[in-house]
Amino acid sequence: MFWLSLDITAGYMMTTLSDMADSGYSNTWTEFANSRHVKEAADQDCFKIPIYLSIGTELNSAALSMVLKGYNIFAQHRGHALYLNFGGPPEGLRDELLGLPTGCSGGMSGSNAIQSPEINMFGHSGLMGEQIPIAVGAALASKQPTLAICGDASVEEDYIYPSLGYAATKKLPILFVCEDNDLSILTKVEVRRNWNPSDVAKSLGIPSVDITDDPWLIAYHAKQMSKNLPGFINIRTVRHLWHAGTGSDESPEWNRYQLIIEKLEELGLSKQTKYIDKENFQKVDQLWKEQLQKQ
Amino acid sequence: MERTTAETIREISRDHLTNGNGLLFGQCVTAVGWVGGTVPDCEGLVEIPMTDIAGPGFAVGAALMGRRPIFVVRYQGFMWYNASSFVNYAAKSKEVWGNPCPIFIRSIAMEGNGIGHTASSCIHSIFIHSPGLPVAAPITPQEYQLVWDHFIKNDDPIYVSEHRKSYLLKEEMNDVYEGDADITVIAISGARLNVLEAEKVLREKGIKCNIFHFLWLKPFDPPEILLESLKKTKVGIVIDSDFEITGASRSIAYELIHLTGASVHALGLEDRVCGVASHLENITPSSQKIEEVVKGLVDNSER
Repeated sequence: MFWLSLDITAGYMMTTLSDMADSGYSNTWTEFANSRHVKEAADQDCFKIPIYLSIGTELNSAALSMVLKGYNIFAQHRGHALYLNFGGPPEGLRDELLGLPTGCSGGMSGSNAIQSPEINMFGHSGLMGEQIPIAVGAALASKQPTLAICGDASVEEDYIYPSLGYAATKKLPILFVCEDNDLSILTKVEVRRNWNPSDVAKSLGIPSVDITDDPWLIAYHAKQMSKNLPGFINIRTVRHLWHAGTGSDESPEWNRYQLIIEKLEELGLSKQTKYIDKENFQKVDQLWKEQLQKQ
Repeated sequence: MERTTAETIREISRDHLTNGNGLLFGQCVTAVGWVGGTVPDCEGLVEIPMTDIAGPGFAVGAALMGRRPIFVVRYQGFMWYNASSFVNYAAKSKEVWGNPCPIFIRSIAMEGNGIGHTASSCIHSIFIHSPGLPVAAPITPQEYQLVWDHFIKNDDPIYVSEHRKSYLLKEEMNDVYEGDADITVIAISGARLNVLEAEKVLREKGIKCNIFHFLWLKPFDPPEILLESLKKTKVGIVIDSDFEITGASRSIAYELIHLTGASVHALGLEDRVCGVASHLENITPSSQKIEEVVKGLVDNSER
């Protein structure tokens, strides 16, 4: 059950670490553990549907959730981390993955189109990049702060350029985030294009940065940009598993989770880290056990 | 004073934008003619950039925020690339996420005058395939008002197949039913105008047609009197401004065959590309064509 605990633990960890943020430490890894819980369940064939895990990239949304409050959220597949980090109910995600009526979409959306009314997270139809114009329309119509997340592949979709342009033209309150893992399924960016999305955003007049997935760095830029939207952040990140499912081809180029643990140890927080880890694993373990025993 | 269909559309829109917190999205909607005089000059108009891919997404986002947008597609043929967010998000949102996404999709058919093979199309049939998307084809002022009232009272998106030929209409169109008619004709969209012309000529030739004007293509809910008419005439035809092959006309004919046992046929655009030159056009069956086909059906019927 160790791995089972990871894909849902991340949400909890995030919450706990958010509390730590007040005392000067960043939040971050709740969703990380969460994602691993789902991986374990997937490995055990608990799921009858495709599962898109966010393992490796979960700290991005963990960081965003620290500084972006009250945003309408539009994302796409591999969004478990986002859902949990922003406070979506773990039971709803768990049950959605199991196809239960108590799932966050009653079993209709599965892993890749999750939603959470509790955190104003809207579902995704499955057309990559479509969430970006929808987010722009929502920002235009509501004037509410809006978070629009896509990947380095969906940022190439036809939806994106006019959406960025329109957000810039209308000065909409929207933060665009591209989680850039350098892969479209298994095709690398260099094969697909020679341009950088943050350059495109910049050329349209949108403040833009191209950064690594250091959560503190992400939180810093998101916070700064939130003061004068629109903004665009391209985050260089690492997907640890395949596009869908739990397989992997090779060791990830870097392991942000491990780097964070090492950093916290350097800061003398080893004890607290282990405590949070243990507490979250237990919580998530219980969350899964209680439902899987009913299956 | 009676309003035309175009004036009705414009004033419904004006009221929605002015008093209903609504928005109206479209490309060049304030350009020459303001879309045939159907767009009001008031707050709430959103001129979107020339993006037929992202533009509908803007309206979907606005709908999710409760603004009940009207979205204008000036040429129905352009729905081929406007369709994705309407069909894949707006139409599915309520069923997948329990989150209604009501958008009034004004999709305007146009034909003739060398408009060509893409812009000219009336392609409402493909939208009937989409779950969660009611499809209506109003052409009179009152029909338009009925469709709008339905939109406001419910929370689904609606695909509204308009026809430019209808914009100057003021008169309503009543169904025609006579107990001793020879054939039952179901007419859709712009084809209704040609059917009415054909009916006059056919009557002079001694052929009586019962005529039913179809407003809602989906949901399919034929009135009892239509079924009764088909059972009596035993032969019928559905005539549409869209393509006949796998189109609304054939689909509705199929349903009616099963409901009544009558021999119901279909007539729509031919399965070929529309050219620009007048002799190469492929448009709504003309009144002459309708006369010819209806007469043939009646002559060959077993009555």
